[in-house]
Amino acid sequence: MAERKLRVMVAKPGLDGHDRGARVLARCFRDAGFEVIYTGCHQTPEQIAAAAIQEDVDLVGLSCLSGAHRYLFPAVKKQLVERGADDIMVIGGGIIPDQDFQYLYDNGIKAIFTPGATLDSIVEWINNNVKPRE
Amino acid sequence: MYFAAEVLEKSSVLRQKWEDEVRRVIAKNPDQKPDHLWSTVSDLKIKRLYGPEDIKDMDFERDIGYPGQFPFLRGNQVTGYRGKYWTFRMFSGMGDAKTTNARWHLLLKEGQTGLSTAFDFPTLMGYDTDSPKARGECGKCGVAIDTLEDFLTLVDGIPLDRVTTSMTINPPATALWAMYCAAADLKGIPLTKIGGTIQNDMLKEFIAQKTLMCPPEPSVKLISDTVEFGTKYVPKWNTISISGYHIREAGSTAVQELAFTLRDGMEYVEDVIRRKGLDVDSFAPRLSFFFNSHIDFFEEIAKMRAARRIWAKAMRDRYKAKDPRSWWMRFHTQTAGCSLTAQQPYNNVIRTATEALAAVLGGTQSLHTNSLDEVLCLPSDHAVQIALRTQQIIAEETGVANTIDPLAGSYFVEALTNEMEEKAWEYIHKIDEMGGMIAAIEKGFPQLEIADAAYKFQRQIDAGEKIMIGVNKYVSEVQEPIPLVEIDDRVEIEQIERLNAVRRKRDNKAVKRCLEDLKNACKKGENVMPYCIEAVKNLASVQEICDVYREVYGEYRDPGLY
Amino acid sequence: MEKVKKIKAGDVRTASRLIRNLEDGVKEARSTIKHLFPLTGKAQVVGITGSPGAGKSTLVDGLVEQFRKRGKTVGVLAVDPTSPFTGGAILGDRIRMQRHAEDSGVFVRSLATRGALGGLAKAVGDAIHVMDVMGMDVILVETVGTGQQEVDIINHSHTVLVVLIPGMGDEIQAIKAGIMEIADVFVINKADREGSSKLRREIMAMLDMAPPETFASGWRPPIVRVENAFEPDSFGKSMEELTDTIAKHHEHLVAKDLLGSRIRRKAAVELHEAIRSCVLEPILNHLVAEGEIEGMIQKLMDKKTDPYTLAEEVARRFLKEGV
Repeated sequence: MAERKLRVMVAKPGLDGHDRGARVLARCFRDAGFEVIYTGCHQTPEQIAAAAIQEDVDLVGLSCLSGAHRYLFPAVKKQLVERGADDIMVIGGGIIPDQDFQYLYDNGIKAIFTPGATLDSIVEWINNNVKPRE
Repeated sequence: MYFAAEVLEKSSVLRQKWEDEVRRVIAKNPDQKPDHLWSTVSDLKIKRLYGPEDIKDMDFERDIGYPGQFPFLRGNQVTGYRGKYWTFRMFSGMGDAKTTNARWHLLLKEGQTGLSTAFDFPTLMGYDTDSPKARGECGKCGVAIDTLEDFLTLVDGIPLDRVTTSMTINPPATALWAMYCAAADLKGIPLTKIGGTIQNDMLKEFIAQKTLMCPPEPSVKLISDTVEFGTKYVPKWNTISISGYHIREAGSTAVQELAFTLRDGMEYVEDVIRRKGLDVDSFAPRLSFFFNSHIDFFEEIAKMRAARRIWAKAMRDRYKAKDPRSWWMRFHTQTAGCSLTAQQPYNNVIRTATEALAAVLGGTQSLHTNSLDEVLCLPSDHAVQIALRTQQIIAEETGVANTIDPLAGSYFVEALTNEMEEKAWEYIHKIDEMGGMIAAIEKGFPQLEIADAAYKFQRQIDAGEKIMIGVNKYVSEVQEPIPLVEIDDRVEIEQIERLNAVRRKRDNKAVKRCLEDLKNACKKGENVMPYCIEAVKNLASVQEICDVYREVYGEYRDPGLY
Repeated sequence: MEKVKKIKAGDVRTASRLIRNLEDGVKEARSTIKHLFPLTGKAQVVGITGSPGAGKSTLVDGLVEQFRKRGKTVGVLAVDPTSPFTGGAILGDRIRMQRHAEDSGVFVRSLATRGALGGLAKAVGDAIHVMDVMGMDVILVETVGTGQQEVDIINHSHTVLVVLIPGMGDEIQAIKAGIMEIADVFVINKADREGSSKLRREIMAMLDMAPPETFASGWRPPIVRVENAFEPDSFGKSMEELTDTIAKHHEHLVAKDLLGSRIRRKAAVELHEAIRSCVLEPILNHLVAEGEIEGMIQKLMDKKTDPYTLAEEVARRFLKEGV
């Protein structure tokens, strides 16, 4: 059997178009040997969940800088669960104050990365916490 | 030649001596880091020393001159900042119109001299607060405006004929500017008396910020409509603020910011001349620019000085403008959001102060200073006050405003200015060859150049080749908490209630008629502004107007180049 | 089998998981394909190839819209290159198709080449079967678009679109890459650009020069001009025309009884692939796992033997009946 490849989706939910971080991450994940599906900007939670399932990804990484993460991140997780894909892990990043972390964890977001997180630290976290599915 | 031959000769001898000495010293005490790491934040290599040789080819009259004279390297204003400081213009907007109005009154009381509006994402993208696409976004990073009623609340008690207002709005610029015009009208202020700026720069949205609605071609058409309308009826209004800020925030280098912004400006000039048949001197003096002031002090100063000189040359020689005011580049500056860190946030005050100082030494006409907490949330009252005070200290305590363009003649600053200009022209010519900025955008050229630069920078940060204090050096384990501003989710519910109330009470037949008229105007290629003003007066919403554009011109989806 | 049932019922989760397992070479996935194979053969497969920047994804997005308007369900397989340095890939084609994400009649799946040459991923053939059994009426396969020898697409498609754009020297590239011969339909994309009529003339001239038996069945590849995607009205009209042309080509294949030969071609390729993966690969894997390969290479380097002798030895050892 060939090796299992990690498939990761990088998505931008909501109306915010600041995609610098998302695009830098997409490149970084490619360079880490992952297969990266990038959705582009301006996605609804429903679109992201549907795409994640069609692509059978192991992980969805969300980026939001507009302050709407408290609504958008849990909404993506909820959509995945409703579609029977609660095994797809969701992480998030962007302008997210510490005080919102717990709320996001409680709503199924596994990890939060804010400005200052190094690319290597994100890749390391993924390698330690996400296994390609069996 | 800039120097007499004897000076260069003497310099060459002394320079040789110095270089020998340098070699001797570094053989014993090597530099702290290798040569290539002594570079700007944009990775432009900087030499250990600059001297007369580096600027010997400059021509005083052609390249330097005096303030208020071509090529405007030394500034537009003949009196510099002695006549008037730059405008202290803090970008603000949060929650609903009432909350933002209160913030505005506070800022004016604290000595701010111009207003600047941040809208929330639904407004920026041309959606009403109750659109399914707008869920969770209302008031989060700016003020929510759905109809003229909200707008009137926003400007309540603001003397529209005395305070200038800048509005950071792009795809729905026609709708929001129409609201400003309508508000003035309702207050009995003639359009000739109101002043301000709409950002209204779509090209940089395609390139960098991705606040998108219609394809490039009709987007530029709508912009030319506003230029024409302003030229004829609202002469004190800046109808475009050609913006490099967002290009830089998207990760570009300083040179890319400079080149892409100025080439965008040229694209607008060409479009207005071609499409509207206006004489270049009739509208060019009202074009304004907007730059980022990043953390690399001298690079930013050089960028701003080079920008003025490039624009002057382009307007005079490329577009044959005759009015010296068409040659001027007037610009607003904002300190770099992307240079701030969530770690050790109080350090951001120092970063912002340094960047603000560079903007002033670069000769800005107007300035926003970021608040220390903006990397975490909307700025608090206290943080905004520190940011505003930063500008006031620079203006009134440091003495840097005493004299005009104090860094002129510095070997280093002039050489760097020349280098920025040269590299910018290379990009500009390349884009010319592609058939202009719209064609270049369709090819993905500026987008990919920026993406490359952003990725490279991030890698350099990760490798410790570029330093961000608190992020990859002098990291502290303890995070000092700062008070954060939060926008309550109730704002969204209340805003939707207000919107529904307007829909119930307005004359819906009249709204429909106005929108139908607007649609016909779009189809016929007429100027949309008069129709927009009529529509907003009848309480048509931002989305209703934008839906007309989306229907007629089509909706643009970002190709998401990576 | 439970999985087959689910895939027949159009279950996206099961289907996408199966495609994933096929890509990863999971043994159990192969046995599922055995059950699916008899059920395949209903979908119409359209291949889309052309150089990078030709606008293939935008075209696929437009075709999805057209087929949906005509009441057809659509599967899309979009292939992007794997980085030879890191083994990773950015699969970005679907960005342009995301507006269909929520339409249950559309299933978009991105694949990475993972070292496969020829413009496709190895799993494409099987992925087509999976989408076919799911009940997708039309399956659009978008090749990598590296401008290389992307001719594998013809082995999987009923109709091949070759997409060119004016002013890029595209026609020359395409001729070099050998993709002109595989076209059933030429698309001149971004046809409002300068050089569009020149490109059209060049394609016509090339078709005129082809030996007469090339179009013996009566189908000479038509050239469809597609207007700038930024002009919604004219783009929509172009896409209608393109969809009609695809339909006409399919009718032609049926009327002239040519569908069989295309299907035969696919079957032959699949058989080759299957033999390779069931016979050759296990032997190679075994030799690698046992460390034998290294010894054999050393022997070659020492000039103690030659590759053919070694290969014949291997054949004698593993294959009961010599070839």
